Parts: sequence; structure tokens; C-alpha cells
Amino acid sequence: MASVLDDVRVLELGGELGEWCGKLLADMGATVIKVEPLTGDETRSYPPYLNDEPDKNKSLYFWHYNTNKQSVTLDIATEQGRDILCKLAATADVVIDSYPPGYLDDFGIGYEGLSKEAPNIIMAAISPLGQDASYRDYAYTDLTALAFGGPVWSCGYDDHSLPPVAGGGNQAYQTACHFAVTGIMTALVHRQFTGVGQFIDVNMHAAQNVTTEGGAYSWLVARETVQRQTGRHSSVSPTPQAQFLCRDGRYVNIGFPARTEEQWFHLLAWLEENGLVGDLSEYLNPPSREALAKGDPTTVKQMHEVMGAVEALTAKNDADEIFRRAQDLGFQWGIVYSPEEALEDPHFRERNMQVQVEHTELGTSFIYPGAPYSFEVTPWAIRRRPPLLGEDNEALYVGELGLTSKELAAHKAIGVI
Amino acid sequence: MSASEENKKNGALSKIRICDFSGQLAGAGATRMMAAFGAEVIRIEDRLTLGGWDIFRGNGPYVDERRGHNLGGMFNNHNVEKLGITLNTKFARGKEILRELISISDVVTENFSAGVLERWGFPYEVMKAIKPDIIYVSNCGFGHKGPYSHFKSWGPVVQAVSGLTFQSGLPDMPPAGWGYSYMDHTGGYFMSIAILMALYHRNKTGEGQYVDMSCTDAALTLNGPVLLDYTVNGRPSRREGQPNSNRSHYPPMAPHGIYRSKGDDQWIAISARYDHDWQAMSKLIGGEAISGNGRFATLEGRMGNQDEMDEIIEKWTSVRKPYEAMDALQKVGVPAAVVQHPEDRADHDENTLEWNTFPEVNHAEIGRVRVEGIPMKFSKTPPVVEKAGNLLGQDNDYVYKELLQMDEDDLQALHDQGVI
Repeated sequence: MASVLDDVRVLELGGELGEWCGKLLADMGATVIKVEPLTGDETRSYPPYLNDEPDKNKSLYFWHYNTNKQSVTLDIATEQGRDILCKLAATADVVIDSYPPGYLDDFGIGYEGLSKEAPNIIMAAISPLGQDASYRDYAYTDLTALAFGGPVWSCGYDDHSLPPVAGGGNQAYQTACHFAVTGIMTALVHRQFTGVGQFIDVNMHAAQNVTTEGGAYSWLVARETVQRQTGRHSSVSPTPQAQFLCRDGRYVNIGFPARTEEQWFHLLAWLEENGLVGDLSEYLNPPSREALAKGDPTTVKQMHEVMGAVEALTAKNDADEIFRRAQDLGFQWGIVYSPEEALEDPHFRERNMQVQVEHTELGTSFIYPGAPYSFEVTPWAIRRRPPLLGEDNEALYVGELGLTSKELAAHKAIGVI
Repeated sequence: MSASEENKKNGALSKIRICDFSGQLAGAGATRMMAAFGAEVIRIEDRLTLGGWDIFRGNGPYVDERRGHNLGGMFNNHNVEKLGITLNTKFARGKEILRELISISDVVTENFSAGVLERWGFPYEVMKAIKPDIIYVSNCGFGHKGPYSHFKSWGPVVQAVSGLTFQSGLPDMPPAGWGYSYMDHTGGYFMSIAILMALYHRNKTGEGQYVDMSCTDAALTLNGPVLLDYTVNGRPSRREGQPNSNRSHYPPMAPHGIYRSKGDDQWIAISARYDHDWQAMSKLIGGEAISGNGRFATLEGRMGNQDEMDEIIEKWTSVRKPYEAMDALQKVGVPAAVVQHPEDRADHDENTLEWNTFPEVNHAEIGRVRVEGIPMKFSKTPPVVEKAGNLLGQDNDYVYKELLQMDEDDLQALHDQGVI
């Protein structure tokens, strides 16, 4: 089957900040060439490792972010290295750069330098604060980016003596990369129409700032500040609990217990089955969202009693029973799965969220997470496991750039490749 | 010509027209991005319910005491740079008009519950018959296929079921989760990417296609390396002491946390990536307890003694104002950042101000108000966020008269019949 990006060649330069961007393009068919330092990208030294044995080719962190990519080694701090990079760039459509701002420019291989070799190239530079920011060189990690950019303020617990919380999974980097991919695809579509490439400056801090929902709008529109709450939306004024513990120790998330009259009667029937209907039978209608927002005392009392009954209901049942039954009744309720529990759920299995990937170098295969979107004609696919360090040196340098085997050996000997 | 009008003529996507049923944030957020790059996004709403399917239409935050379906602050934010029309697809005439709109569009987008367009009589096959190279992108909580395709969701449900909520929290506590619909934003980002990729393929081959986006699938892929730790090493993330998302195991960094600062609910995030970060930091913080303690010299030692280190660090941070501590740590090269309050980052942060992260739009009813900008600069086709979110039906004249060539009488009749 055809791939969307099978005619697109990408060079990926830099570190952990840009890897998700390269993966999203590679998994849709782009040829993504990682240009790594001779010692390998830093993420090759990040645990966890296969069987917990440290090895540059066995980092599961590296595996996760580098499917479908190729790897060449190159010391771009040397003149020969830079010449080779320029030759590589001349074969490429896109460059992803997540080195610190100015790093490539200082070597003459930033956008200005590379676009001389490849005039219609598209270059996306991802950086913590933008290429020209006054503080562009500030030190960051995913945690500090989430704190500085706004997400952390909105996450945590009702108890404000506890610190606010940063969500796990490298979300600051990933959010920056979602914009980088959007930018690159926009520029590629524009290039289809005009033949012209361009430079894209992707700002991770701005990306966080525009990904906080009410945190931003409440301030921008109404000059109000949201406050963090356990397991639910941060809010200017407190809202009812939404996360309930179930019999098996897992939680379910319940936004609004029942939104229509029909759902309300379903809920009452379900509570009755569990001997929990109590005083609720005096309410014929579901609690009104509007009345609740206005603080109507009867509605507030009703809501309080409903939530009490729901809490008792979840305590008497396992989380997956609550989740499926509630959804079958049309309620917007969700089980709080751990990532691996989600992966094992029958729905996600049926949607092919477990994908077998052959690791030829180990003579075995492993399960990777599947596609974020399901394209009918040009499907997402993992066609190749993540690359071993420098695995494609020969194929690219000799096979494509025309170096002789002797030249390759000479470059290796002096530490350029 | 305004920057917005210029962008609609010469922007990166100015040749693209989107027939857009998407709303809320997960959908509207995606077509917002297309519109900022110059695409003509025709947002379709129902006049009889005052566009009420989109819960943000008339919902807060508001700039003042006024209320109404054109005054919702979030709706304005999510729909900048779009056109807005009204159309009731339940009427036969409404369906005819929809056929005409599809025939002049490149993309159809929606984020309804699964099956809505089919019920209207517009499954992908029908759209394809109308416009052979049409692209159709749906974005739905659990996708259009699979056992849960009929399940209802919104951001918090997507985050809960995918593992993201679980991965945000402190040990021995319930999940903290995300205090907002992170996956409505991010589902929108994936939807933008899907639209653009399908457009790239169509431009190349002339072939359109259907993309079934499931927000929970997308969210599941965002969990990071813990997924492979489970599938490869058999190590589940539901285990003793986990999650502890203010700390970092993959990669291992210590100290790594969010510490109390001086002031009301003031906090600072600090991470030491390398030994030299730690050395610089301990020199700054000083004290025998820290610099003379050999157990903290190696990463392994630090990873094993985080509670003890955190106490020492918090003694230092808690008597310092957050920005002062941040500056002092940054000066010696240590990643540190204030947990900025909304006011801090919107009004006082030089970085967001310099970038114009929150540009102002002038809304006909709301007035001047700031919205989210685009966190990217383009050297040749810069994105534009200038035109406010669409009023209900504000572009009926342009779309029905100019694009679909109806006359005033047609329009009046359609309006009287409740079709538009």
C-alpha cells in the first residue's frame, strides 16, 4: 500500500526534543535519517533497556521514539562532517533541528547555509522559547517546560499543601512536536502548490501556553484564575468530585452523573439494584447543570446526594463493570486505566493498538503501540524497527552520496563518521 | 487589505476549502489551525438550536455580565479566522445544500458521536460520489470502529481510559490527572495533522480518503516509553510507588521535582539532568548537609535518596521568591522554572509577550479580547490570528450567494423555512 509521505526525505538533527516529530513523519512513510553524533543520540542512553541491560541499541526509550528511522553517524563539528551534511541536505525535503538556537548557524549549517545547498528545503527548528527569544539559551527539561508554560498550574489535588503535578510521558516535548509536524505538513502542502520551501520556528513555551484550556481563557477573557482540583478540571469556583474509587482499587471518572431524564431513570434503576436509591427517589428530574452553576440550594443538595450514592455504587463494584455498564447506558464515564491496561483492553486490541515489530538483530519481535489515526488508503505502519547506531552509514554515504568504501573508512578513522 | 484577508489569498493553505461540522475543542481546534494558515473554513451550525451542539457557543468565560450565544469566550477562541453559516441538515433542502457545499470543498470534518453523518445520509461513500477526491476526517472519542465506538466521551474520559490520567499523580494518592481537556487540544492537533497528510496525498495522487481519528487511540500513543517497558520487559506502570510524575525515571534525573516557593501557592520546578547540574546546584544551595554528602555525588545515589534531598532543596526554595530562585538556578545552568500562574504567563512573561503568544481580536459583540496564537513562525507564509470567532450565521450571504450562487429571494425563503 502507498504511504502518504513515501516521497519525503527528512533529516533529523538534535536531541530528545525533536524525536517525536521525526517518528510521526516516519510512521506515515517519510524516510527519516537521524544524523547522530559518533557516540549516538543521548536518548540511546536512557532507560528502560531491554532486560534492563544498558546498551546503545537496546534503550526502550530510544525504541519508542525512533521507529522507521535510519541512522547515520556524523561529527558536524568538523569541516568534513559539515560538507557531508550539506550533501545529505541536498537530497532532503525537510530538516528537523532541535539543537539549541544558533548551534547549527554557528557552523554555517543552519537554514541559511543549508538552503543554499537545497533551495526549497523546509526546516523546522524546535526550541524551548523560539529562535530569537531574549532567553533562548535557558536550560530546560520536560518538567520545567510544563511548569513555565502553564499546564502544571492546573494539575494536582484539592489539597493545595501538596505541590501541583506535571503529567507524565514527555508531554511538553510531544506538544511542541505536534506543532512541528503540523508546521512541516503545512509547508509541504504549500510547497506542492508553489514549489517554495521555508523556515519554521517552533516555540515549545508558546506551544504549552496555548494548550491549557481554561487556564488561559479564564484569565484572558474574565481575568479569573483557575484552581487545581483532584482528578477533574481546574476551576475558578470549586466543582463536585469526579473521581471515585471502585471495589478493585481502581478509579472511574464521572463528569456529570446523568444528563437527560432517560439517563437519570437508568441511574436510579442501577442504584436501586445495588440497594442505594435511598432519598433519591424524591427527585424526578436529573440535577440541572444551570441551576447547579447558579448555586440553587435544592439542586446543590440533590447533586450532593447523587454523588454520595454514586460513590457507594462504585465502592460495591469493580471499575471495569462500572465503566462498561455506565457507557452502555449512555453516560460519559471513564475507567482510569494504567497505560498497559489500556493497551490490553479489547477495544484497543481490535483497533490494532498492539503492533508486532520484527527486531531482526535479536531474532525476535516486540509489541509497539499502534496508530494515532486510521487512514483508509495510506495507513500508518511500522515498517522497520528503530535503527542501530550508524546502521545506514554504508547505504547512505556510499550507496547514495557516492563516497568510496575507502573514503568511508578514512572518515571513520579520523572520527568524522 | 487586512492581514487576515491577505492570508486567505496568499497563505500556505489558501487554496483549501473545508466544509466543517467540527466544534467544541477537539474538532474546532483542528480547523482553527487550518484557518490560521489561510484555509477557507466554513463552519456549519444549526440556527434552531442557536448552535447549541457546541457547548462552548454561549458558555463562559465572559468579558462582562452579558450572556448569549455569540458571547462565549471559549467559542470565540476556538473559531478565529473561520466563516460561519447556518444549515439544518434534517430538511431535504438542507441536504441538497450540503451536497453542493461538499462538491466545492476539499475536506469534510466533524467530531460528532460515531454514526451521525451516516444518519444524515452522508457516509463517506456518498460524499465520494459527490466529490471523488473528497477527504473526510472524523474525530471521535473512541473512533468509528470497535467495541466502544458508541461510547460517549469528552477530554477527561479520553485521558482516563488512555492511561494519561493515571500517569499524572503522586505516590499513594489518587490520580491527579490533567486539570483540563489536554486531549481536546491534542486530539485537535492530531486531527490537523491527519487533514494535512490527507491533503498532501491528494495533491500528489488525486486520491481522497477517509481518516477515522479516535482521540483515545491518539492519547494511548502519548504515554511514552512506559508502554514498551510493559510489552518488552513485562513491567507494568501500576506498581508500588508509581506513578510519581513529578520525578523522572526515564530518563533518570534527580533531584527532579516541584518545590514550594515563598508566597501564596508559589512553586518552582527544578531538574538536575547531569552530575554537573547537581554540582552547580549544590554549590548554590550550599550547606554541609548537601555538599558534604557523598551519597548524593552520583546519579544512582541521588535517585535513591530523593526524599532527603527534596527536603534540603525545599528549605532553600521556600524562603525565596520563585523568579529569584529560577534566575539564580538558570544562571548556573540548572533547568528551573516557576510554576507560572495564568496571570504571570499571560501578562508578565517577557517570552510570551515578545512572541505575541496571545494576540488580540476584535469581536463584534464581545469586543477586544485576547486569544491563543500559533506557536510557530513561518518565514514565507506566517499564520494569522486576527479575525474573531464567527457569529452564528454571519457568513450566510457570502457562502450562499457568492459560493453557491443563490439570490436574495432564495435566501429569504430558506431562512423562513428554517433551513438556514
